[in-house]
Amino acid sequence: MSHVNPHVLPHFDPSKGLEIGIYSLGEWLPNPHTGKRIPASQRIQEIVEMAVYAEEAGLDIFQLGESHQKHFLAQAHMTILAAIAQATHRIKLSSGATIISTSDPVRVFEDAATIDLLSKGRMEIVAGRASRVGLFELLGYNLADYEALFEEKFALLLEINENERVTWEGKFRAPLHKAEVLPRPENDTGGLPIWRALGGSMESAAKAGTMGVPIYQAHLGGAAEVYGHRIQLFRDMAEANGYDSKHIPVSTSGFLYAREDTLEAYRAYYPHINESMKLTNGQGFNKRAFAQGQDMRSIINVGDPQLIIDKILYQHELYNHQRYTAQIDFGGVPLDEIKRTIDILGEQIVPEVKKYTARKD
Amino acid sequence: MNYLILSGSTHGEKTRQATEALKAQLELQLNPDDELTYLNLQDLDMAFSDGRHPMDWRDDNAKVIAAILASEIIFIGSPIFQASIPGSLKNVFDLLPEHALERKTIGLVITAGSPRHYLVAEQQLIPILNYLKAVVVPKYVFIEGREFAGDGLASDDIQFRLQNLIQDTQQLAQAYQTVWQAEDESFGF
Repeated sequence: MSHVNPHVLPHFDPSKGLEIGIYSLGEWLPNPHTGKRIPASQRIQEIVEMAVYAEEAGLDIFQLGESHQKHFLAQAHMTILAAIAQATHRIKLSSGATIISTSDPVRVFEDAATIDLLSKGRMEIVAGRASRVGLFELLGYNLADYEALFEEKFALLLEINENERVTWEGKFRAPLHKAEVLPRPENDTGGLPIWRALGGSMESAAKAGTMGVPIYQAHLGGAAEVYGHRIQLFRDMAEANGYDSKHIPVSTSGFLYAREDTLEAYRAYYPHINESMKLTNGQGFNKRAFAQGQDMRSIINVGDPQLIIDKILYQHELYNHQRYTAQIDFGGVPLDEIKRTIDILGEQIVPEVKKYTARKD
Repeated sequence: MNYLILSGSTHGEKTRQATEALKAQLELQLNPDDELTYLNLQDLDMAFSDGRHPMDWRDDNAKVIAAILASEIIFIGSPIFQASIPGSLKNVFDLLPEHALERKTIGLVITAGSPRHYLVAEQQLIPILNYLKAVVVPKYVFIEGREFAGDGLASDDIQFRLQNLIQDTQQLAQAYQTVWQAEDESFGF
């Protein structure tokens, strides 16, 4: 039995095939090939320039995540997204992810809706719970409430998004009484597409399915097949709760680096990943696991254009997802190299992937 | 080579004494570019694991995590309390990421009040270290209370076994490092 999904779902046109975009976590790290780190102002401006370039290359979406720890500078990610809204005209925009647990859902909606108006209806929200937790202390939250904060605030964000007036009471925020949260996006729903970010948790995938909300799943490494289990659980739970899972989109993301020669791509990108992981995560990226990226079945989309096309198509076979966003700038990749990857994406990879994923029916 | 000796007990004297004896022997054979860190959980103020990312800790938790991640050879000293490794040491493991001990070689020194506890390390400690991807030296040094006197080890036999443990651990680490280096070079990037 299917019932109407109450959430504002992102719209995808199956005849256009898989949506492909890029995302950044706004990290601010030295280029391991030179040991130099660009000034913060330059990095932020280059994030904007990356989005503009992605639009020119015909990519579908640009996403920017919120991170508060050392080595990152997209803490005010909505502010940067507003600048990108002004600098672009067509490309879709999204946060990825907004840490809803430590934010006020009213303010998140106000900011994102404003960006939606600035960008003429191009804004989406991916809401997550943070893999790093320094922001709990920084913003005055108790880490013991990690799960409860996310669930309550995510539910409130959806409620604000789907209702012009909200009456609500919860544990972590003052009650709302017939509150009118403004501005409203200028579309039929008056709301924005809102995705639930998934980390490695099956429980979260199950909850997303139970709620009937779209999911955004980040992939770091390993066999692509493994991540399919979470997506399947999400769809099974959606069906079990009366939603038509075919109409709830799935988006995935992960590392991508394309060069004409596969080994050249690995030589260029591995130091960026490995050295930056040491700084941000305390440990480098296992070289054997990274080298497995040369196998079509690995989730790491690094290699020559044909290998990446084959990988994305294989992943699409496994996941039947609607969108994929690539992280092409992680770890101090200089802007000209970022642009080179975008060129290869736009000229060679995206057209092929879309050709084979576009549905004719 | 970066060495760490971690004494895993928050009370009692024997694990400290055993790891200090190991440290004294190890110091005699360090090369000038070797680094040795000695951490005793008795001297540290550790908070219980709460699931946060290892890089999000501060103070002594951060110090212990950083020392472990920076080491290539780790000697772990553990007492056996109530037929088990102490909670203080388990807490250290709970703070670490899943691959924390990848490409690290571990030697073990166990102190216990009874010979009947000999297999506790085999059955409880080594499985944890394997899960964290360590290379563990198969033979460990098991020291009973009667081997101690005054403020240290009274047994020449145990001193010799500590020497053997140091050599076994160094040799295993060197052998693996040669293998790992060859593997890394084989990737061509």
